[in-house]
Amino acid sequence: MQFDQLYQEIILEHYKRPHGRGLREPFGGEAHHVNPTCGDEVTIRVAVAGDKLADVSYEGMGCSISQASASVLHDLLATLPVDEAFKVHDAFVELMQGRGQVEPDEELLGDGVAFSGVARYPARVKCALLPWMAFKDAAVRAGVTVGPEVKA
Amino acid sequence: MTSLAIPSTFDVAALRADFPILGREVNGHPLVYLDSANTSQKPRQVLDVMRAHHERHNGNVSRSVHTLGTEATLAYEGAREKVAAFVNAPAASEVVFGKNSTEAINLLAYAFSNASATPGSDPRFRLGPGDEVVISEMEHHSNIVPWQLLCERTGATLRWFAVTDEGRLDESELDTLVNERTKLVSIVHMSNILGTINDPARIVARAHEVGALVLLDGSQSVPHFPVDVQALGVDFIAFTGHKMLGPTGIGVLWGRAELLEAMPPVLGGGSMIETVTMEKSTFAPAPARFEAGTPPIVEAVGLGAAIDYLTDIGMAAVQAHEQEITAYALEALASVPTLRIFGPGVPEGRGGTISFALEGIHPHDVGQVLDDEGVEVRVGHHCARPVCVRYGVPATTRASFYVYTTTEEVDALVRGLERVRKVFG
Ligand SMILES: Cc1ncc(COP(=O)(O)O)c(C=O)c1O
Repeated sequence: MQFDQLYQEIILEHYKRPHGRGLREPFGGEAHHVNPTCGDEVTIRVAVAGDKLADVSYEGMGCSISQASASVLHDLLATLPVDEAFKVHDAFVELMQGRGQVEPDEELLGDGVAFSGVARYPARVKCALLPWMAFKDAAVRAGVTVGPEVKA
Repeated sequence: MTSLAIPSTFDVAALRADFPILGREVNGHPLVYLDSANTSQKPRQVLDVMRAHHERHNGNVSRSVHTLGTEATLAYEGAREKVAAFVNAPAASEVVFGKNSTEAINLLAYAFSNASATPGSDPRFRLGPGDEVVISEMEHHSNIVPWQLLCERTGATLRWFAVTDEGRLDESELDTLVNERTKLVSIVHMSNILGTINDPARIVARAHEVGALVLLDGSQSVPHFPVDVQALGVDFIAFTGHKMLGPTGIGVLWGRAELLEAMPPVLGGGSMIETVTMEKSTFAPAPARFEAGTPPIVEAVGLGAAIDYLTDIGMAAVQAHEQEITAYALEALASVPTLRIFGPGVPEGRGGTISFALEGIHPHDVGQVLDDEGVEVRVGHHCARPVCVRYGVPATTRASFYVYTTTEEVDALVRGLERVRKVFG
């Protein structure tokens, strides 16, 4: 059933018990993104140490998809080398924009693969991408150079 | 507003058979359409009339002597007469067709704008620094943004009626809010998010006392209960065809004849002129002056058919039916644990549009689970963000009813909400 793929247990788990939530100091860049159609909000802070991320912290309010996505983002990226973090970022964006046709790389995306089902609900793709778009802006503000433009 | 006084006199089950879409399934369940405040479904009678118009009578209006052009013009102008009769307008020429409510409201806003920029124009439509426009916190964005933009262009000030905790319009500041500086008051007749029905009587009296004009946003009222523009005493109303069993692409600005005559044109082009020379043009009288270009002909005809359909049922019966459903729904929703209703909790003075929240569960998730059960509700800020801010929520879930809504559908909603609470509880 499509629906169960949308609200996979992993997503509900991250929503009910988010990982790494809360805005932390120090940080190099911060971005606040809003989904104007539903009012979902997320603020992301990125701290960088050399060519590694030192922390990704966040705060937000919104639906299960957007908030679980922020929690998964934290798990996946918080301490990765910058270039790897962007590999994961790009893979997640590709998965979300793939209309359910993209086979996710479990090794790269970890719990992020649970969002594959979301890609089939165009109205919810923006929810899943919200923290990832905010992350990208925050990373740029933290002085990190990033890959090619992606469209939310 | 009357409540439950008139029993519904039509058979809802039989009526539903007129709406082909109500027979479909969504995600393996019978469709439960609870989003009529967003757009209504269309009966076969409307679809048939539109198809027949295209198949038999298609021609451009007001510019051909041939038979098809004449038939099309008769159909288009016939729709105008139906609209006028439906809201008890004194004359069909007071009905201006446009694309939707949003365009109708913008038409008036730009008439103000153009008058303000034109020396010698009618002073009632001239705005400048020191002048005021008054709206309310419960407006749809379509009755906010045009006035914000107008005030920015002219230097006038935008002022707001507040909303009470119960979701009623707060008129306690009426005499200071509407004063000698006020040029226009524009308020919603029935809120699309709170369901509140406003009685504009006091506001109209005060506005006219200080020489201000009144626009009523009838987008949610004209479809759902009898509206009589003369009894209301307002100067303009706006409404939109797709929320009243008609097609998209057709809306109405009704205005008092004398005011429409005093308004400068907004869009220039074919059909709105009297004569055109290379130096200067003069303009046709209303309503043609405000209908530049080929209008949405078949859409107007479809709206006319929708009005015939509603008139056959009788608007008092439509209202009585929705009052019954609303009373039933308010009670049923009150039985759902942690559910909070925004707007009046009683059926009196409200319509069949109910916004609510389930504590700790985002409306997006509510709407998604309900959709999986075939229950179609709207989630979000409903183009009325100031209301959400007023009640401290980013968004709400909204169920809205119409002539075809049944108590079984309300039951399906309540069952769906139980499932929502299981998934996210
Ligand atoms: C109260 C109110 N005003 C204005 C509108 C705008 O209607 P439309 O989108 O048809 O222009 C709506 C509907 O969305 C509404 O509910």
